[in-house]
Amino acid sequence: MTTPEQIWTWLEEVKDPEIPVLSLVDLGVITKVEITNEELVNIVLTPTFAGCPAMAYMKKAVEDTLQEHGVSEYTVTLNFDEPWNSNKISEKGRKALQQFGLAPPPTYNLILDLDILEQAICPYCQSTDTTLRTPFGPTLCRSMHYCRNCHQLFEQFKPV
Amino acid sequence: MDSEFALVDLLYKMADDQLILGHRNSEWTGIGPLLEEDIAFSSMAQDKLGHSLALYQLLHELGEADPDTLAFMRNANQFHCCHLVELPIGDYAFSLMRHFLFDNAELLRFEALTQSTYEPLAKVAVKLKSELKYHVLHANTLIRQLGTATPESTERLQKALEEAWPYALGIFEESIYEEQIISSKLFIGEVKLKQDWLAKIETILGQTNLKVPIPNTLTPALGGRMGQHTPYLQALLNEMTEVYNIDPNAEW
Repeated sequence: MTTPEQIWTWLEEVKDPEIPVLSLVDLGVITKVEITNEELVNIVLTPTFAGCPAMAYMKKAVEDTLQEHGVSEYTVTLNFDEPWNSNKISEKGRKALQQFGLAPPPTYNLILDLDILEQAICPYCQSTDTTLRTPFGPTLCRSMHYCRNCHQLFEQFKPV
Repeated sequence: MDSEFALVDLLYKMADDQLILGHRNSEWTGIGPLLEEDIAFSSMAQDKLGHSLALYQLLHELGEADPDTLAFMRNANQFHCCHLVELPIGDYAFSLMRHFLFDNAELLRFEALTQSTYEPLAKVAVKLKSELKYHVLHANTLIRQLGTATPESTERLQKALEEAWPYALGIFEESIYEEQIISSKLFIGEVKLKQDWLAKIETILGQTNLKVPIPNTLTPALGGRMGQHTPYLQALLNEMTEVYNIDPNAEW
């Protein structure tokens, strides 16, 4: 018999398509894993960004994972009932981002202002002497920063 | 029943604004005046299309057609966007000014909607609001910088401000359901939103060399919310649906 705990473990193996070191579980996008009395598996995901093109891919990856583990009766839905914010990224996820060369988002009180955006720590040299270049990077979830210490341009997973 | 009409009307105008401005912003992709601005407008375009999808999805759940059909299968007179979002991109000063005027209104709109009595909309608003903060931050930063930079930058922005202003007032064109929208607490209503917006816009522009047009001297561009549009909208819709119209069975 499949248990929700097992499913959570399987989903640890499903990675963000653009950040292959970060699992969907550590990204914090899975808001519900439920098995009904009729053995139907219901999984709910919440988009990181409303316009993120990777969400359709993530949904498909979750469906493929369920099938690979022999689950044939399932629903995978995307909704905003529990909206995602960057504080939902786990500690493990933050370490993985840092090792990947992408500064993790600072945890904050969900009131976004310039000060928070500018608080990026360089993932290469750990300097805090950095400056925001633009809040819009190569993907919706990344901002661009410059490190005055090691003179590298770097990206941050931006706080939302 | 009436309040459902009011809700559908409210959702259509917001979704259509997002879709059309998203397409306009995407026209900067590859031709931005700076690489960073090219990327910023492209990212905001992507966000706005995502926002329109979320709102069309709410409409679909209320019995309207699916999001793709709503976005790509209607004629201009079935759209409820304001004229401001339909206008061509013009020069960068105009696009920046439109973005500043529109996105400040939009952020206030979605902040208010987080309190909507229609819960699915309130939930979507929480999400969109957090993304819109980046759009407003971008607009306000650049308006402050360029509005105090050189005589040329100030002059070009001032011209853009005067051009865009009557259209920006059209954002707040009231719905025929306005009373129900307010009394059922779906939304605070356009009059209140416009007051909040004016205060916000005046504060930012007050930090620059730009002069706010005196609101009563310019006639608002109205009609968009009722399906009356500039010729630019149908031309844009034709472009958006060009491939589909050539080959409805085309696969990507």
